[in-house]
Amino acid sequence: MSSDLQDLYQQVIVDHSKRPRNFHPLADATRKVEGHNPLCGDNITIYLKLEGGLVKDISFEGSGCAISTASASLLTESLKGKTLADAESLFESFHDLVTGLEPSHETPGLGKLEVFSGVCDYPTRVKCATLAWHTLHAALKGEGEVVSTE
Amino acid sequence: MSVRAEASALIDVARVRQDFPALQQKVHGHPLVYLDNAATTQKPRAVLDALMQFYERDCANVHRGVHLLSERATAGYEGARTTVRRFLNAGSTREIIFTRGATEGVNLVAQTWGRANVRAGDEILISALEHHSNIVPWQMLAEEKGAALRVAPIDDRGDIVVEEFEKLLGPRTRIVALSHVSNALGTINPVRELTSKAHAAGAVVLLDGAQAAPHMKVDVRALGCDFYAFSGHKVFGPTGIGALYGKEALLDAAPPYQGGGDMIRSVTFEKTVYNDLPHKFEAGTPHIAGAIGLAAALDYISGVGLDRIAAWERDLLAYGTAALSAIPGLRLIGTARQKAGVLSFTLEGVHPHDIATILDREGVAIRAGHHCAQPVMTRFGLPATSRASLAFYNTHQEIDALTGALGKVKEIFQ
Repeated sequence: MSSDLQDLYQQVIVDHSKRPRNFHPLADATRKVEGHNPLCGDNITIYLKLEGGLVKDISFEGSGCAISTASASLLTESLKGKTLADAESLFESFHDLVTGLEPSHETPGLGKLEVFSGVCDYPTRVKCATLAWHTLHAALKGEGEVVSTE
Repeated sequence: MSVRAEASALIDVARVRQDFPALQQKVHGHPLVYLDNAATTQKPRAVLDALMQFYERDCANVHRGVHLLSERATAGYEGARTTVRRFLNAGSTREIIFTRGATEGVNLVAQTWGRANVRAGDEILISALEHHSNIVPWQMLAEEKGAALRVAPIDDRGDIVVEEFEKLLGPRTRIVALSHVSNALGTINPVRELTSKAHAAGAVVLLDGAQAAPHMKVDVRALGCDFYAFSGHKVFGPTGIGALYGKEALLDAAPPYQGGGDMIRSVTFEKTVYNDLPHKFEAGTPHIAGAIGLAAALDYISGVGLDRIAAWERDLLAYGTAALSAIPGLRLIGTARQKAGVLSFTLEGVHPHDIATILDREGVAIRAGHHCAQPVMTRFGLPATSRASLAFYNTHQEIDALTGALGKVKEIFQ
């Protein structure tokens, strides 16, 4: 396999795409937002349970490519228990990572989400990696509408 | 002689490939294997030269100047119309309208003939394997007029169910709009038979030939259709140009499409007299270079021979079908009895988008997605497929490169 493909499809990504975590609806969700990418037919629903400014619980459902599914799965793992402010800054850091921008010093470390660093070499796949994040962003802002990355 | 040897005797593919500069390049360190021909095709040198010659030597507006360059431009543009007429075996150049592509051809018919002839309560019949370009213009017309859009179903192979099609034909069916060849599945529809059934019911027939014109001989008089639309860029010509064939009597009776220069004979503030066919439907300065480039493309493929092209592609398709079918977990979508060079497929556990990305890094260009035919995807319960689509310049070695690259996909997602 060429090395740059390995950079994109890191083992963690393949694993999360095959066995997505927190992949179910959330009965007591306080917010639910749908996102879709009409170009590739990807769609996602993010369920959020917010309590006292904290992401108490988060899950998702939907179908998409490996990058978008793994991204949603890892997003739910990274956000559980975080404050809304943390979530916002993770969103920004993640966006910088996959679009190849230098991270600013104030943003928090991305931890496991660093596995998406290969995406910036695949401009056509940035939308796949960010679909869940744009959907989350809308959910945090309380926009209960369908989000599109087109 | 084997089937393969017979087919290769038909086309000297190595020589043909030399005519296409874009096919000589490497992508991501691999020789380009271009299998996205249903999206658009590469252009032979003859087309590039024709475009260059027009802009370097003959560039002028058409139908008005008296100077030499305008004469040359007009001769080139009207000569291109003659080439299109011959390519489609239409009876007259008055029946050939230059458009931006097949999409505009369909829209032109919907907006002119359609608006004048479709009324509330009338029906428009399409099929379940249409491209969005042969759905949306009719939906718009139906909505405007209060007409109903009817859809003939397809079976699990991707063939139109003819008995159902017949049942949907009725006294209110004004127009039947069908693709000649499906872009998503490759189905070659029995359009001659369907056209005659539609005519028997008193309906007018439009065929969307975008995916047929590059692969087979098209004879509009033998097909019997009333309108036939195709795109230049899918027949190895430039983007932004295409042609619409329409029976003279229907075009003559239809109102104009857009208003402007060239489509008029005389204009006063009180009254405008429209120009004759085909100019009535070509307002404004046309895509002169595009038409000339399109004619060069049609001359080029006619030189190779449409029958030879069809035979070569049949052989490639059979080879590709066998090779892909042998891959565990791979499912071909679209297995119609009569098929053009489209290999649409899914691979268990891997999304088409990931397949396309990995193939691209191996030099193999395919399309992943809904192929602008979302209802077809819905019919098969899929969000998307991967699609390899063939042209006569593709080779058996390129099919091998495709299957080899699919091996890489499995390696990553094992």
